Amino acid sequence: MAGAGGRGSVVRKASLQEFGLTLPVATADSPDWLEPVRKAALDRFAATGFPTARDEEWRFTPIAPIAQGVWRRGTTPSREITLAELAPFIFGHPEWTTLVFVDGGYSEVLSSTGELPAGVQAGSLAGALQADGTLLEKHLARHASIETSPFTALSTAFMSDGGFVHVPADTDLKRPVHLVFVTTADAAGSVTHPRNLVVVEPGARASVIESYVSLAEGATYWTNAVTEVVAGANSWIEHTRIQRESERAYHVGLTHVEQQRDSHYRSFTLAMGGALARHNLHARLNGENVETLMYGLYLTRGDQVVDNHTAIYHDQPNCRSWEVYKGVLDGRSRAVFNGKVFVKPEAQKTDAKQTNRNLLLSDTAKVDTKPQLEIFADDVKCTHGATVGRLDDVALFYARSRGVPAEKAQRLLTYAFAAEVTSEIVLEPVRDELDRLVRERLGEM
Amino acid sequence: MLEIKGLRAKAGDKEILKGIDLTVNAGEIHAVMGPNGSGKSTLAQVLAGHPAYEVTAGQVLYEGNDLLDMDPEVRAQAGIFLAFQYPVEIPGISNAYFLRAAYNEIRKSKGLEEVDSMDFLDLLEQKLQLVEWGPEIMSRAVNSGFSGGEKKRNEILQMAVLEPKLAILDETDSGLDIDALRIVAGGVNALRKPDNATIIVTHYQRLLNYIVPDQVHVLSAGRIVRSGGKDLALDLEARGYEWLEQEVGAAS
Repeated sequence: MAGAGGRGSVVRKASLQEFGLTLPVATADSPDWLEPVRKAALDRFAATGFPTARDEEWRFTPIAPIAQGVWRRGTTPSREITLAELAPFIFGHPEWTTLVFVDGGYSEVLSSTGELPAGVQAGSLAGALQADGTLLEKHLARHASIETSPFTALSTAFMSDGGFVHVPADTDLKRPVHLVFVTTADAAGSVTHPRNLVVVEPGARASVIESYVSLAEGATYWTNAVTEVVAGANSWIEHTRIQRESERAYHVGLTHVEQQRDSHYRSFTLAMGGALARHNLHARLNGENVETLMYGLYLTRGDQVVDNHTAIYHDQPNCRSWEVYKGVLDGRSRAVFNGKVFVKPEAQKTDAKQTNRNLLLSDTAKVDTKPQLEIFADDVKCTHGATVGRLDDVALFYARSRGVPAEKAQRLLTYAFAAEVTSEIVLEPVRDELDRLVRERLGEM
Repeated sequence: MLEIKGLRAKAGDKEILKGIDLTVNAGEIHAVMGPNGSGKSTLAQVLAGHPAYEVTAGQVLYEGNDLLDMDPEVRAQAGIFLAFQYPVEIPGISNAYFLRAAYNEIRKSKGLEEVDSMDFLDLLEQKLQLVEWGPEIMSRAVNSGFSGGEKKRNEILQMAVLEPKLAILDETDSGLDIDALRIVAGGVNALRKPDNATIIVTHYQRLLNYIVPDQVHVLSAGRIVRSGGKDLALDLEARGYEWLEQEVGAAS
């Protein structure tokens, strides 16, 4: 890894052993083909160690508490979690398929599988690995490269469970699948590696939601999540990611999306938890006429650091990507946005637009925003824009002149700023839930 | 209803209002006219409490109370409404949501119960007719992507819903086509009552073909240089502001 070396890497390799980061014991539920994959990933991590501030990709992301921490791997919850405890995190219709993972492990008791269309698989990845590996062998860890980041390598080396969703060709999933990763107080001081695989075959349609939530507000733990999404030709996917970890937790995540021709993938990510939360969203547009929509919202306060890195790989011509990330920052919190758009020489007629807008509610909040466009085709339309600002005085006056008190006018306009992105969510119950979370955080209006 | 005495105001270091005296009684419509830069929009915005302006001298009494001491929202709750020259776009919240929030705040200030969204839709129905709109407009984001004419109509709709005692229309007619002008003027006329008053700030006489003012005031360089009946507006239209400015200049 560029910039790594000297004393730093020695320290990191030493700490690798300290953590007991050796390959997990090969178990019956880990198929043969996966072992070399895990081994290669661990070797990769051993070679790179954790990133440091010298790595360009991690320059603004203070991961020292993760790298220097000692994390237990695997936790067995000391008590049964009840559905009532989970209620605040479950939404939508009872017929939705909701898969619940407690401290990294699948909970059959807490999960509910709604009526699924013929041929659809939606369940635990560990269960699928035991049952039938051919589809998994083709896709698992084949898209999110271990070279993406040391955290991805760790995930591949140590992944144990997560959601597996497979929608066969020309099938409409109809109701979304909700993957809920809940962390309990028992997980304090531990790391989990949630790993999800979503395969939507050609002509199919699916909506998948990931929630990362905590029953132990104030607990320090580390979530290292990776999700791979395969969007077959002419498929349609809405993918929502809700990150509401404990505000003392660390969350690192990668979502890698592989898109075939004529596919439509739209993502919405909400980040409001974590002491430090980093999410990478990468989409490879691997066919013509692909559409990729990335919407994001981060709401930060206190000393939170929320970092969103996105990368859109325009590998083929006639594709469109549209990206809007917005942030509302309060307290001494900090946000990082890095938006990469790569346009290959053959990707003519690319239409890419990227927007990052930040609203500062305090004098001490800070934003580092960076568009990074690398365009090697000449007949393209690529734009980007970033803003960091406060509420507009004239808009505030407008609301006040209609009778709305100053403080409420501020909340109203702040909500409006956020609602402009949440309103892009297609599925109404998901949109309503995100709207509710935004209102809850920003104060009733 | 409104008594303005010796009002002076500045924006930054620039004094814009240089001593305004104006009395508006209930039931009256006053037109404030004047060339660009004469201070007429500033007057409208100062009355509504725009934070960009600083009042340096004078007094404004509204129903006997010191208006300048009131926050903008308190003025609105007390019945003052400014139709903005440039209505603000608020993407992210719907027209219905915004207007209901305003309506309920004003009700709350009067000790009345808030209305829910269903009851509010009923109330809206008749108000929408006034501006010749269907209900679709209420689910669009506030002024977002509205044409100039739609924005002005939306201001009149807000006025119709909030039912102010003193409405101040800041160049509501500027940039309107004849059709929109007719709708806007029709709304103003329909809302006219013996116990409310309207101040129409305008650059053009045209609007006054539709709304007949009781008094016309001409503002020049931050002062009212002449007041008269509705015929004054016709004189201005025929002879231009220069005529009056020269006459005033010669007299002083």
